[in-house]
Amino acid sequence: MRRVLPLWGLAVKDAGEIRLEHGSGGALSRDLVEKVIHPLFRSDSYSELLDAGPLEQGSDFLMTTDGYVVDPPFFPGGDIGRLSIFGTCNDLAVSGAKPFCISLALVIEEGFPVDHLRRALASAAEAAREAEVRIVTGDTKVVPRGKGGGLFITTTGVGRRVFPHSLSPGRVQAGDAVIVSGPVGPHGLTVLAARESLPVAEALRSDMAFLYPAVSGLFPLAENLRFMRDATRGGIASVLNEIVQSSPRGITVEDGAFPVSGDVRTIASLLGLNPLEIANEGVFAAIVAAGAKEEALDILHSHPLGREARLVGRVSDDAPGRVLMTTRVGGTRILDFPRGLLLPRIC
Amino acid sequence: MSDESELARSLVSEIEAVTARIGRTVRIMEVCGTHTVELRKQGIQSLLPRDVALVSGPGCPVCVTPAGYIDNAMRLISEGRAQVATFGDLMKVPGASGRTLSSLGGTGGVKLVYSPRELVEIARGSGLPVVFLAVGFETTAPTIISALLEARDQGVHNLFLYTAFKTVPPALRFLLSNPAHGIDGFLLPGHVSVIIGADAYAFLEHDGGRPGVITGFEGLDMLLGILGLLRQIQRGERRVQNAYPRAVRAEGNPRALELISRTLEPRDDRWRGLGTIPGAALGLQAWLEDADAEKVFRIPPAEDREPPGCLCSQVIAGMSTPPQCALFGTRCTPDDPVGPCMVSSEGTCAAYFRYGGSR
Repeated sequence: MRRVLPLWGLAVKDAGEIRLEHGSGGALSRDLVEKVIHPLFRSDSYSELLDAGPLEQGSDFLMTTDGYVVDPPFFPGGDIGRLSIFGTCNDLAVSGAKPFCISLALVIEEGFPVDHLRRALASAAEAAREAEVRIVTGDTKVVPRGKGGGLFITTTGVGRRVFPHSLSPGRVQAGDAVIVSGPVGPHGLTVLAARESLPVAEALRSDMAFLYPAVSGLFPLAENLRFMRDATRGGIASVLNEIVQSSPRGITVEDGAFPVSGDVRTIASLLGLNPLEIANEGVFAAIVAAGAKEEALDILHSHPLGREARLVGRVSDDAPGRVLMTTRVGGTRILDFPRGLLLPRIC
Repeated sequence: MSDESELARSLVSEIEAVTARIGRTVRIMEVCGTHTVELRKQGIQSLLPRDVALVSGPGCPVCVTPAGYIDNAMRLISEGRAQVATFGDLMKVPGASGRTLSSLGGTGGVKLVYSPRELVEIARGSGLPVVFLAVGFETTAPTIISALLEARDQGVHNLFLYTAFKTVPPALRFLLSNPAHGIDGFLLPGHVSVIIGADAYAFLEHDGGRPGVITGFEGLDMLLGILGLLRQIQRGERRVQNAYPRAVRAEGNPRALELISRTLEPRDDRWRGLGTIPGAALGLQAWLEDADAEKVFRIPPAEDREPPGCLCSQVIAGMSTPPQCALFGTRCTPDDPVGPCMVSSEGTCAAYFRYGGSR
């Protein structure tokens, strides 16, 4: 890089009231959690913002929770029911745990058709069978017409730790390889297209998938597997930034290296969206030691969900706290947290 | 290494050689907002020698729209006189009052559109007059006008345009009329030129003109455009060169130009940061005045008032770079923007913040 790129700090203001952008998985979401929510609950044993945490220090049981507000509730390739099961299981999987039970709490808006509810829940039940998790308890609330969003689902998931080593951004070292497990962008674009009835995107389907089988394939890498996260809201751009934020390390990625399908690339470009910022429901990022990258890729390539896994970059000491991207013409630029209103109610 | 980056490398060496021969700092203005973004997004700016300074021009339509335009649009909604439809970029631009259209999002008064084609259906389904915020350059105007004409053909008469269309050539002429402009050459817009044609820039070749290269948006296109400009500067030439011939013709797009000349006419209008530029805006012709929101709703002229401390007007005129603004990256970020250059996806400040930029 010829010119040193000055790096602006993440300067997000306390905006006074919650805006839709606080939920889009980008810089403002992170800011809300870090500045408003986490400080109230932080403790020595829960100092990092992870997808799942142990029931108590040293416990082999990990717990996660998630809320689902996707609009519309049914879209090509999935629905809110299936999403709520797989999404919860995936948070446990990337934390090194095999999911085994889930709770479901429903917030239903007055007027929501019973047959839609039945369809969504039948789909959740089917997904739970596929993922071999049991629904052990639940709750049902109804809110007045106009005061809800159709159907919201909140889950808690518990899993048993299978991967004995710690998985945390703190374990990431300079030289480590950054791997993306599959083509990015179809979920967010599919939901957007279904909501806005965009005919251009008819060919798209959500990539929603149960990631445990692919993720657990990497467990034999042992300590060489440093960290994993599923790239949901805010897309892969958010995940990479979260890994190095407030860290002495940075990540450098290669723009041409990311797996993106031709359809996603075209439609995203028409809509002015960056595929790296779009939510996925079947893609994760994995950081592995440099010496283990070939093995990691071989493992992923042998699995249907990881067939198109790619090495996209590496961890370095060059630009602490930043993700830099080498562009197709060999230039360098920042790959920032997604900002502004991405796509609301995408998962 | 890919073919693309190898080609880029040889272009960069050539750019370095020519710049060294010029022997001074060269200021190149990229006129178009899409170039402003792509030059940084594709890392072109990081490949250039220090002596090539890229200066962003007034090519982001949202940025050059005066703040008062937003206030006028909000007033239509709050007074219950119309529903307002707009592209997303305008939603978060603060008006002179500091308030944004997105703050009215929950009221149903604002409808976000992705394409002007949606306007006919929106108007048909609305019980209120629908006023579209018609902001854009020669590229956007024809599609918006087509939607208006289609609505009228289909007997939908509650669609109105609040026009803030701008045209590029008069703005460049205006910039050059300031003796202190300090611009050595123009990277001319690709998309706008597809419509207006290369011949529209002929004035650049006359006295007081500067070299211009019509440039595409791929990384290699932009490097070629910059190299073309540097070569002209080195030789002391001022020609309009078309380095985007796969899309741009000398005469432009006759159908779009015919549509514009049949429906719109030049007006003197305020450009944020630049003041009133003669003939640099397009308004509806008299035969369409029953669809002209400004006339039908008696909208007053848009006030042009900057938020305190905001340097947007300087940035738009190419007189300042974003990091020179005290608000940049501190009080003003894409998540909480103060000025339009940080709001718009084509704004200079947003491009610097998101992708990095020097000086």
